[in-house]
Amino acid sequence: MLNYSILIEHWDMYMQGFTNTLKSSFLALISSLALGTIIAVFRIAPVRPLNWLGTAYVEFIRNIPLILIVFVFFVGLPTIGIRLDSFTAGTLGLTVYTAAFIAEVIRAGILAVPKGQMEAGRSSGLTYLQTMRYIILPQAIKMVIPPLGNQFINLVKNSSVLGVIAGLDLMYFGDLISSETFVTFDVYIFVAMFYLILTVPLSLGVGFLERRLARSR
Amino acid sequence: MDFIGAYSPAHLKFLLEGFLVTLEVAFISIVFSFAIGIVIGVLRYGRIPVVSQVLAVGVETIRNLPLLLIIFFTYFALPEIGLKLDKFYAAILALVIFESAMLSEIVRSGLNSIEKGQIEAARSSGLTYMQTLWHIILPQALRRMVPPIVGQFISLLKDTSLAVVIALPELMNHAQIINGRNVNYVIPIFLLVAIMYFIVNYSLSLISRRLENRYL
Repeated sequence: MLNYSILIEHWDMYMQGFTNTLKSSFLALISSLALGTIIAVFRIAPVRPLNWLGTAYVEFIRNIPLILIVFVFFVGLPTIGIRLDSFTAGTLGLTVYTAAFIAEVIRAGILAVPKGQMEAGRSSGLTYLQTMRYIILPQAIKMVIPPLGNQFINLVKNSSVLGVIAGLDLMYFGDLISSETFVTFDVYIFVAMFYLILTVPLSLGVGFLERRLARSR
Repeated sequence: MDFIGAYSPAHLKFLLEGFLVTLEVAFISIVFSFAIGIVIGVLRYGRIPVVSQVLAVGVETIRNLPLLLIIFFTYFALPEIGLKLDKFYAAILALVIFESAMLSEIVRSGLNSIEKGQIEAARSSGLTYMQTLWHIILPQALRRMVPPIVGQFISLLKDTSLAVVIALPELMNHAQIINGRNVNYVIPIFLLVAIMYFIVNYSLSLISRRLENRYL
């Protein structure tokens, strides 16, 4: 039997961690969506140096651990005089990391839009960026929503690295509560439940969207 | 920034030692989670009553939790119920639990991607269900699964760095120890560590692409 009094007595701390986990994941989602879209466009734009830049970003970031990127923001930047609080450093690290994955998702979505659409847009007198903005991206979005949902689930789970740098998220408060109560098993089961409250509905939603998209093809 | 001090022979040796632990933990975890992932994936594909449902709940729960939480759990929480594991084994156990759940999903969707007609054809040629699975479905499905499986291996290798929270003496942990000696080492060391991870993971992804081109 779990010790529910721990949950009740430390409810405020659990809620604070839960809110911060949600906040950090959400902020990182919005900013990595913006950064990821820019990188995706870089990768397919008809400008060679931009292609290289986009590819280099994606390949480098995807192949190094998230925690290393978070450490660069939290431990590395202060050594050159830039000091960030742990929540900001963690959220920035999450953004830089997730943007590489989101860029790939968006690139795949854009490439799935038939080529004729770009040609039609360009020959109607729109510029490359206008065609992108008004013709290609709106069509690509439908296809990228399920994989973006998966990225958001990953983001919620990955936000737990904030706990390593005392980023005031669920993991951090779990750690704090367990050192106050000298209980670990039950404390972390409750932490797990809070994560599942966020991730399970998201997974079910993504599964539903994936099936619907598969049927509409 | 002190690149020369940071890259002293002693430091390089220390980082390599850490990287060997990273690779060892990753390799052992890959072997076990690959085997367990295939078994779970096949069992779920087989739609055996009760077993499939229990596995589905287990896999979905694990997949929806942060790996970091599972590492905390195997190292800090299991001793409370009498299972005390050394850092090395706690990290491997956590990685195997998490990654086999991830891999089982890849296996299951790979199996599901094989047309039903293949099963029917094999069964009507007189093969048993197990023979069909082993000789017809799995070989085709495994070929399709190569890219996502290698992707998952890359994730696993990166994820070993999370064991820094239980002070497993792997690459990140050794990097942090060197960083603790002099703040001017921090950025050069992180740069080098990033390159080390990158070389191994990028090579893996290149191998995966070549396999893909050859067999698909």
